[in-house]
Amino acid sequence: MAVIRVEDIGFRYGHDGWVLRGVTLEVRQGDFTGIIGPNGSGKTTLLRVIDGILPPQEGAVYLDGVPVGKMKRDAVARMIAVVPQETAMVFPFAVQEVVLMGRAPHLKPWEFERERDLQIARRAMERTDTAALTNRNMNALSGGERQRVLIARALAQEPGIMLLDEPTAFLDIRHQVEFFDLIKTLNREQRLSVLAVTHDVNLAALYCDRIVLLHNGRIHSMGRPAEVITAENIREVYGIDVIVEKNAVTGLPQITPLSEEYRFALNSA
Amino acid sequence: MSASFLIAFLFIPVLAAVFAFRATASPAVTIPRLLKTCLILAGLVIVVSGMSLLAGASDISAIPALKALIFRGREGLSSLDEAERTILFSIRLPRIAFACVVGASLSMAGAVFQALLRNPLAEPYILGISGGAAVGAILGILMGASLIPLGVPALAFLGALLSVAVVFGIARTGRKLASNTLLLAGVILNAFFSSVIMLLLSSTTLNSDIFSTHRILFWLMGDLGVAEGRDILFSAILFLGSFGVIYACARALNLMVLGEETAMQLGVDVERTKKVLFLAASLATAGAVASSGSIGFVGLIIPHLMRMLLGSDHRLLIPASVLFGAAFMVTADTIARTVTAPAELPVGVITALCGAPYFIYLLRKKAV
Repeated sequence: MAVIRVEDIGFRYGHDGWVLRGVTLEVRQGDFTGIIGPNGSGKTTLLRVIDGILPPQEGAVYLDGVPVGKMKRDAVARMIAVVPQETAMVFPFAVQEVVLMGRAPHLKPWEFERERDLQIARRAMERTDTAALTNRNMNALSGGERQRVLIARALAQEPGIMLLDEPTAFLDIRHQVEFFDLIKTLNREQRLSVLAVTHDVNLAALYCDRIVLLHNGRIHSMGRPAEVITAENIREVYGIDVIVEKNAVTGLPQITPLSEEYRFALNSA
Repeated sequence: MSASFLIAFLFIPVLAAVFAFRATASPAVTIPRLLKTCLILAGLVIVVSGMSLLAGASDISAIPALKALIFRGREGLSSLDEAERTILFSIRLPRIAFACVVGASLSMAGAVFQALLRNPLAEPYILGISGGAAVGAILGILMGASLIPLGVPALAFLGALLSVAVVFGIARTGRKLASNTLLLAGVILNAFFSSVIMLLLSSTTLNSDIFSTHRILFWLMGDLGVAEGRDILFSAILFLGSFGVIYACARALNLMVLGEETAMQLGVDVERTKKVLFLAASLATAGAVASSGSIGFVGLIIPHLMRMLLGSDHRLLIPASVLFGAAFMVTADTIARTVTAPAELPVGVITALCGAPYFIYLLRKKAV
């Protein structure tokens, strides 16, 4: 059975135009799915609808067959963890405190974390290589370290599904790859279902088993990376010419955007 | 005079002791750490209150006062005369209790508003509570409501509630509450009320008696001397009720600091929690302001000070702010009533006088 079933979703903010329309997709357990598409195509909105933060005007989202709109927030948080693009902290929290916040959906409001929760947090930190940062202030960490702490927090939630919202947008190439390597390992070892929104088409091709290409709030195409990432699809959705090549080592499609002078050369050739 | 300075110096070793727990323990808040910290701070409240009981225009020495406190009902064992007993039990003790309630309420509300609005500059009056209360109180004083029991505090409380209702009405869209709009609406409402206050003051100074003007001025600066038993009880009940509600949401507050969407992702019913917390903090503030006037700075600096010492976890921050706020307010009020004895200063003058420079010092030393 699908862990996430999105059924004919339509969403708009107030009475503005539809941000999502007629979106239907399924995520099975252990899937690593990427969502790509241009700015404003509805990627992040789709994640919010799936997480039950935005209630759709049309259609419904089912988690393990239960409509997400009927679930309590803490029940959703026990199933789905979100790793955001970045985190802003007005007041200082130590790394361990942040990771322990992942236990919140498992605890009663007045309950303190027990030994078991501390252990789960510790394991999550070891898994993400952040154990050495335990006592550090979140605001004093580098971008790569902060994202690893956020993965640790997500792991402490013990979710079956992880939603990534452009989690590597502010990281350099090495940290991007390390981030996705870690997610991929968790995906394989723990059968964690991953749904990742990213702007980086090449990274999506490298890590995702399946890619959803969004265009103006609708699904343009969906399938294995080689099926979705084609020069034609990219031109239709993003409106630019790119070169799509099959990488010699990975066998996966990789795109190269062209600057104006090369586009000119390509067209006149 | 010397007694009040002695009290003020007490804070240094206590803060050092509280800080020691932060330095040695792991950052996670545990029940033993919570209890230890609260015990130290509660000890501070008791010692400061005891010293404040003995400080004042008429000298009462420690041993007979202690005896009287313990053997309260039994005449023979108390060596105090009637006047001294009245000063201790009917004047100083209620006033100290009230200072505790007001300091605790304002510090708690400040911590809650700072977290909910994710704004270090937030304080208990940010939603226009002080302005609304002031307009209510001044109208009450001018209309002679001081003659009726609970008259002025009741009007001030109504004014505070009214302004909170207006601010909520402005910031509400559908079933949601927009934090930024809330903040702006509060600031604007406070500015509006200030001009109403100016209007009231300028139109009354000529034909009104000096007593009313004096009371209005003391009210605007904050004064703990006018509250009576009933007022104190009323504020205390509101404080205790709000504290219970707020403490039950303490972990949710931690998550709210990370942003409303993150809090939702981590399982918090944000809209409901936000409403409950805003309401509880507003009620505690309104209860304190109603009979004490607008005492500034306490609600702003105490939460920051505690956060620097203990970290941002509200399960520790809220009770610590409550206790330290109480001790701070008792100290400030002791100074206010002893420095120029037998005359008194409004306590708000003292809190602002030591609060502002200290806050600037903290800002320079370590970014808040």
